[in-house]
Amino acid sequence: MGISFGNLEELIELVNNIYSFDLNGYSRASLKRRVSRIMDLYSLDFSSLKDNLTNTPGFFNKFLIEITVNVTEMFRDPSFYIALRDEVFPYLATFPHIKIWSAGCATGEEVYSLAILLEKQNLYQRAFIYGTDINSDVIEHAKRGIIDLKKMKAYSDNYFQTGSGDSLSEYYTARYDAAIIHHHLRKNSLFSIHNLVSGGVFNEFQLITCRNVLIYFNVTLQHRVLDLLYASLALFGFLCLGSKETLRSDHLTDKFRLVNKTQNIYQKIA
Amino acid sequence: MLQVLPENLSIGVLVIIHRNAKYETNIETSLSDKCRIVVKMAEEKEYVKPATAYFAPAGYHLLMEPDHSMSLDVSEPVNFCRPSIDVTMQSVSDVYGASTAAILLSGANQDGAKGMQSIHQAGGLCIAQHPEQAEIATMPASAIALGVVDVILKNDELLTFSRQLNNYILRRD
Repeated sequence: MGISFGNLEELIELVNNIYSFDLNGYSRASLKRRVSRIMDLYSLDFSSLKDNLTNTPGFFNKFLIEITVNVTEMFRDPSFYIALRDEVFPYLATFPHIKIWSAGCATGEEVYSLAILLEKQNLYQRAFIYGTDINSDVIEHAKRGIIDLKKMKAYSDNYFQTGSGDSLSEYYTARYDAAIIHHHLRKNSLFSIHNLVSGGVFNEFQLITCRNVLIYFNVTLQHRVLDLLYASLALFGFLCLGSKETLRSDHLTDKFRLVNKTQNIYQKIA
Repeated sequence: MLQVLPENLSIGVLVIIHRNAKYETNIETSLSDKCRIVVKMAEEKEYVKPATAYFAPAGYHLLMEPDHSMSLDVSEPVNFCRPSIDVTMQSVSDVYGASTAAILLSGANQDGAKGMQSIHQAGGLCIAQHPEQAEIATMPASAIALGVVDVILKNDELLTFSRQLNNYILRRD
């Protein structure tokens, strides 16, 4: 089932009016696909979608889960993790405490990948990783640290490609069809809800990863979120964006040193 | 086909090829020197310009925004593909409607057939490579089987069409 761009604007206004949830800065083409997907998933036409959003308790949360893209992997883009380990971690190792923010963490695979990478470099004991997302269900999922064992095959391949020399299975326990990340790799992490659109600075970080989140925002919102990420970084802290994302404005590029062009890693220098 | 497009081409071209994100390819760079139009990888929120071909980056779906900028999306693969031809074609037809033209070439799955259907329903022009001349016939044949293809062209006809593309573009002032 499809909707028009006009319908989409109507929906954005409805969600804002009822839930004070602002979707205005979202890229329309992606959002339209997501909404059509929800309508297919629940067999709804546009008017019953609006009706459900207005009158069915709990439906908005389901809507929110499907609106956002929660596709993630452990060690997604192995070359990114190689760059992080080789070009960023040596610098982080000079800090007494390493606070990390995984912004838009979905079900937490990136947070656990970072935990493993830090552990491997003997940095995890000094580190604390915050994973945030707008969605309470994915946050609950992330907290559990349980990953579908079927997916672990692909994640193990990713991990192998980082050249770490050991096996991903060293870091989880397999039970039935689930993989549980070892407890000591979960204890220095905290998952909570945070909306990049409406939320503010909540801590100061040495490393922020916000990969493939900005692509779902229009340029105006991208500027705002990038300012928030900049303000959340300690001086000489690192910012990692998705490989096709950019800092957008000259006023930010002047404040960052480019660490790795292909992997889009920057260091705050001013 | 890109190589014969004229330098004064009055439209922009999006190119979706199935390629593995795990291997770097630089098809844009290697084609760029051989073409008279600009050939590049599509950048996030970049506006589509005439006489330019934009390749979807590996690992991302390429979408068209109502303001004629392009956006990228890493949602689930469609037809096991990301970028998926269906996704881009559907998105382009949402924005450009009847002024969309699509050409579906060789390929090993059914990606593109539903996208051509969207363009067809929006009143756009759908062209398929003649399956007999395609390296792998499945993709154009699937769209043809769906009954949404307006014209089936052989390879030499595809080249002629590309060369004369400006003549087929209806001015809408």
